[in-house]
Amino acid sequence: MADTLETPSEQIDLDQVWQSSEIQSLLDKLNEELIGLVPVKTRIREIAAMLLVARLREQHQMLTDRPTLHMSFTGRPGTGKTTVAMRMAKILHSLGYVRKGHLVVASRDDLVGQYVGHTAPKTKEMLKKAIGGVLFIDEAYYLYRPENERDYGQEAIEMLLTAMENQRDDFVVILAGYKERMDTFFQSNPGFHSRVAHHIHFPDYSLDELVQIADLMVRQQMYAFDDDSREAFREYLDLRVQQPHFANARSVRNALDRIKLRQANRLIRAGGSIVAKDLARIDAEDVRASRVFRGGTASETPS
Amino acid sequence: MRITQGTFSYLPDFDDEQIQAQIQYCLNNDWPIAIEYTDDPHPRNVYWDMYGLPMFDIKDPVAIMQTLAECKATFPNGYIRVSGYDRSLGRATTALQFIVHRPTDEPGFHLERQETNDRQVRYTIRSYAADKPSGRRYE
Repeated sequence: MADTLETPSEQIDLDQVWQSSEIQSLLDKLNEELIGLVPVKTRIREIAAMLLVARLREQHQMLTDRPTLHMSFTGRPGTGKTTVAMRMAKILHSLGYVRKGHLVVASRDDLVGQYVGHTAPKTKEMLKKAIGGVLFIDEAYYLYRPENERDYGQEAIEMLLTAMENQRDDFVVILAGYKERMDTFFQSNPGFHSRVAHHIHFPDYSLDELVQIADLMVRQQMYAFDDDSREAFREYLDLRVQQPHFANARSVRNALDRIKLRQANRLIRAGGSIVAKDLARIDAEDVRASRVFRGGTASETPS
Repeated sequence: MRITQGTFSYLPDFDDEQIQAQIQYCLNNDWPIAIEYTDDPHPRNVYWDMYGLPMFDIKDPVAIMQTLAECKATFPNGYIRVSGYDRSLGRATTALQFIVHRPTDEPGFHLERQETNDRQVRYTIRSYAADKPSGRRYE
């Protein structure tokens, strides 16, 4: 067609388009609030660029297929999968890819029913809620239970697959879970693998990144490390990382919760009069009282 | 005879775009939407059957439009209405309700005058459509 490119040499100011889409501020915020995760951030930036170009092409009457944006997030617990999914919903919304940009979190319980005929309405209900936003399926591999051939999970999977294909305009599905188990899941459900365009792996945090995360959390909660306590916390993390059930940022948050508890106890025990700044300061002693330093394991509940 | 009732009874029927805009208005006010249908057009028939469950937690009116399309496909020859329910304390009532679909042919009502004592007259209206059993009206 001759009129598809009416003004092929028209100038497009990419900088201006990029700025006006608020995408930069969202990415900046992502950068600022999420420590590390470089491969994830790179991929998000790439997706954002792709969507922006797709939108520009559309404005200039060029043929654009709507890109498939279903994603899979793999990584160990506490690496920020849910947080990034929430951000992703906002980014997709600001690029006009989804209409509302809300995140609906679903797990096996929300999708799979208890008896025959229960699964379809349940899954349908969740899909309906997710329309216009992002459906985040945590630990997606639980949907598929090969050991029980009468498991209703298969039904939910089939409905999901149909919806992912036919309602691409309506929502984006993000599957999340451990890397190895997701890989097996995709192997046994090739339909999923081909429909998921972006496989993003969330690497574990390094020790430095964990300390930065702790610093950020402490600041957000209006507490403060001093040099001693930061060093103590670093040593704590060094020991904690080697222990079982280490859940990255989540373990850091739990550890901080226990430290806050010990700090409050220390203040009350000491009694007397203090200055307001002491309410915020975390002492090295609060950190070092942890069982981890005495060769024990950290309990993941505050104790 | 065109039946009218509900919020926009004095307006011509809405097209899909207008229905969606009204649904968006309900969602903005945090009013969950329900879709109801009936084939009995009598004005005193206030309790219609609900299509599925009331739709809580829905952000995008498109989801409701899709359900509405399903309902229309299931009951092409019935009345369908959409209602937004305001659940806030002190209100707890239907906030907005309007007919979104109607049978192509609405035969209207028969007016029956009953002569009783002292030359009093009692009036009854009966839909011509309701002569047939439910489900076979408006065929």
